[in-house]
Amino acid sequence: MNRAQQIGEVVLSVQGVSLAFGGVKALQEVSFDVREHEVRAIIGPNGAGKSSMLNVINGVYHPQQGTIRLRGNGAWREFHDMDPHEAASMGIARTFQNIALFKGMTVLDNVLTGRNLKMRCSFLEQAIWLGRARREELEHRRAVEEIIDFLEIQHIRKTPVGKLPYGLQKRVELARALAAEPALLLLDEPMSGMNLEEKQDMCRFVLDVNDHYGTTVVLIEHDMGVVMDISDRVVVLDYGRKIADGTPDEVRANQAVIDAYLGVAH
Amino acid sequence: MSENLSGLDTFPKLLLHHARVRGARPAIREKHLGIWQTWTWKQFADEVRALACGLAAQGFKRGEHLALVGDNRPRLYAAMCAAQCLGGIPVPLYQDAAAAEMAFPIQNAGIAYAVAEDQEQVDKLLEILPQCPMLKHIYYDEARGMRHYVQAGLMAYERLLGIGREAYRRDAAFLETEIATGCGEDTAVMLFTSGTTATPKGVVLAYRALIEAGRAGVELEKLDDRDVILAYLPPAWVGQFVFAVAQPFVSGYCICCPESAQTLMTDMREIGPTYYFAPPRVLEALLTQVSIRMEDAGSVKRWLYRIFMGIARRVGGALLDGRPASLADRLLYRLGDLLVYGPLRNVLGMSRVRIAYTAGEAIGPDLFKFYRSIGVNLKQLYGSTETSVFVCIQPDGQVKADTVGPAVAGVELKFTPERELLIRSPGLFKEYYRNPQATLEAKDREGWFHTGDAGYFDPDGHLKIIDRVKDVGKLADGTLFAPKYLENKLKFFPHIKEAVAFGDGRDGVCVFINFDFEAVANWAEKRNMPYTGYTDLASREEVLALVRECIERVNADLALEPEIANSQIRRFLILHKELDADDGELTRTRKVRRGFIAERYRALVDALYGGKDSVHVEVQVKYEDGRTGMVAADLAIRDAKTFSPAAAKRAA
Repeated sequence: MNRAQQIGEVVLSVQGVSLAFGGVKALQEVSFDVREHEVRAIIGPNGAGKSSMLNVINGVYHPQQGTIRLRGNGAWREFHDMDPHEAASMGIARTFQNIALFKGMTVLDNVLTGRNLKMRCSFLEQAIWLGRARREELEHRRAVEEIIDFLEIQHIRKTPVGKLPYGLQKRVELARALAAEPALLLLDEPMSGMNLEEKQDMCRFVLDVNDHYGTTVVLIEHDMGVVMDISDRVVVLDYGRKIADGTPDEVRANQAVIDAYLGVAH
Repeated sequence: MSENLSGLDTFPKLLLHHARVRGARPAIREKHLGIWQTWTWKQFADEVRALACGLAAQGFKRGEHLALVGDNRPRLYAAMCAAQCLGGIPVPLYQDAAAAEMAFPIQNAGIAYAVAEDQEQVDKLLEILPQCPMLKHIYYDEARGMRHYVQAGLMAYERLLGIGREAYRRDAAFLETEIATGCGEDTAVMLFTSGTTATPKGVVLAYRALIEAGRAGVELEKLDDRDVILAYLPPAWVGQFVFAVAQPFVSGYCICCPESAQTLMTDMREIGPTYYFAPPRVLEALLTQVSIRMEDAGSVKRWLYRIFMGIARRVGGALLDGRPASLADRLLYRLGDLLVYGPLRNVLGMSRVRIAYTAGEAIGPDLFKFYRSIGVNLKQLYGSTETSVFVCIQPDGQVKADTVGPAVAGVELKFTPERELLIRSPGLFKEYYRNPQATLEAKDREGWFHTGDAGYFDPDGHLKIIDRVKDVGKLADGTLFAPKYLENKLKFFPHIKEAVAFGDGRDGVCVFINFDFEAVANWAEKRNMPYTGYTDLASREEVLALVRECIERVNADLALEPEIANSQIRRFLILHKELDADDGELTRTRKVRRGFIAERYRALVDALYGGKDSVHVEVQVKYEDGRTGMVAADLAIRDAKTFSPAAAKRAA
């Protein structure tokens, strides 16, 4: 398939990151990069450090060593550790493995919270809802409705999130992440716990997002079929170390990866 | 209707008229991005003009066909009208049809131009391109996912519109001439009949037929430009075409396109249509939803619902028909309207419904009366693709559950000696496209359309359709025998699942019954009746009595209809197993195969007519894994009471 935006320059580079919780070494000297407009997968057996890696990228965890270089608004910035707020303002959005939505709020309101950083009006202006606040809200609502349309969740627009099935909640979470208009989207197991049909839908949406908005996607996934189908390049972690990095075909043929997944006689 | 529409004999001319007269009134609405977006008549006409010029610039000529593949979308309706402006013929196709099913109409009509709703529909058209090389131009409305399509002949609707706007700016007179050239005898649309039984046939309908038929309905129901309808059924179905194109063009009312199939209920609540159509299965699904939600409601609400629905059943229909009711009943009904019926109508999105139609299949009297009793003016109508829908409509105040009403103004009806209904009306179709033989079979030289339906007029002159004419027989004494009519009457009872009636050439009617296992099992449990399964229940005296009661109520009904009073059910038995498609007793769409069953259970039929009161049966059954086995049982045969017309009247 030819894509609208060809894969471009490196936009995120992780250099020698190590993260430990007490004696547990979650990540050891991991380095990799992400190019603009690509779908980059991070895979590995349970406990390999995949989620930790994502958490380092968007600043939830602070690594003991290493640097993260990120290009935002045309300029490179180097961080020793990220701060979630800063990550968001640099255009990073994410979804969580165990859905983190506001269960009692409607889908619409949940997605609107994703616009948080784009709201310029003061609390007071919003309370009065005149002039700028009104214009701004209409603008945000429009942006949110476009995402709702894009992800085909019109029918649940006014439904409280807690009443939705799991697969749809995942989709709502993706919608909220997209509402921030991210340049880099981190997806933590977007397809876990889904049935085949839901997985196919989700794959389609991830590819559509990548294609339509040109969003760079970094995703963690367990389903090998999914990963090999939709990603451009794959990083493989095992026990906190990077053991392979390359195209799906290269990774599939890599002996270290096969050993990590199938086990090896010691 | 006070407006003078004479001389406006095509839809494009009517469109320009509405754009002039009520340019600022809404013509079509669509919910998009969560908001109802409105096209006024003027905007809609402008869009159609540009689109027509665009199509003309692309080489679309008078007499050519334009296929439309998609759901109800304003742009598809605009495309339909644009083709008509140029003297072209829109051919809406069923949007949920598989790609292969779309090939026939496209080949049959040699269609070169198509407008598709989205990527899904474009994919289908591209898939059949090898079989349909004549299809050269495909326009798509929704651009999503279409970025990477590079096939020649594919173009976005937006682009076509742009080309058209440019062309219209250069030469506006061209289109005016084209529109003026059209006349009432021109073909307005071609609709394909569903091809479930044979190859589909393209029904060709002229403007004059559609406008006359549409107007008859508009005048009868006094529709005007303040009415609103929700367009949610497939545009390829004639009813949708008449309700969403022909009638709006005659009366100027507004059509609303829902956001998606899943949001239908919400959209309907928001729009509050005043004019509504639903086939019986949709009405039934709605009622089931209401019943389920009532069961989950609190006890006070359940109690209120029960009490007031009882009152509604007693007086609601009468009040709607304008018949007298006692003051106490009126007051109670008013209270019920406040507490139950009003909120219920609101939830169903029917608060503003002035006229609701149902048609297509027999509707159960309880279902029909439910909607009427809560104040929804639900009526039945009769028609088909070949007749531009309107043949019979029940007028206000004369609504019955089991007829379809008298003929609409301008429609003539008569019966052949075989009881087949013939129709002559201005709304009749021109021909079946490229199928002169079928046309001749359906429409005779004097212009009578042979419907294939059998029926008769009831004492009030209302048409009653009972069966397909090929299934109707005669009893030995010459009485009409309409098996499906009897079976349907029985199946409307919740306890009866299937019925098979016999009687052709015999001196009385007998039936096989399958009861509804779930309903009867529940009924038995409430009576503390132990049972082991279907066969066990089938042999219980109590169940036999339950079924007999249903049959006798049908008999009492039949006694009131002089034409078929003699076809009351004399004897019945309950089959020891449920009829099953695996055994060939039902079709895959769950229709009873009467001939096959008569053959297979010949011993039972003989016993019914032989006067025995029980019979032994042994038949082979096929299990789901393909193995076969024998099932044997002794079946009881019971008589049912029949009524003389006078006795039935007393009972009723």
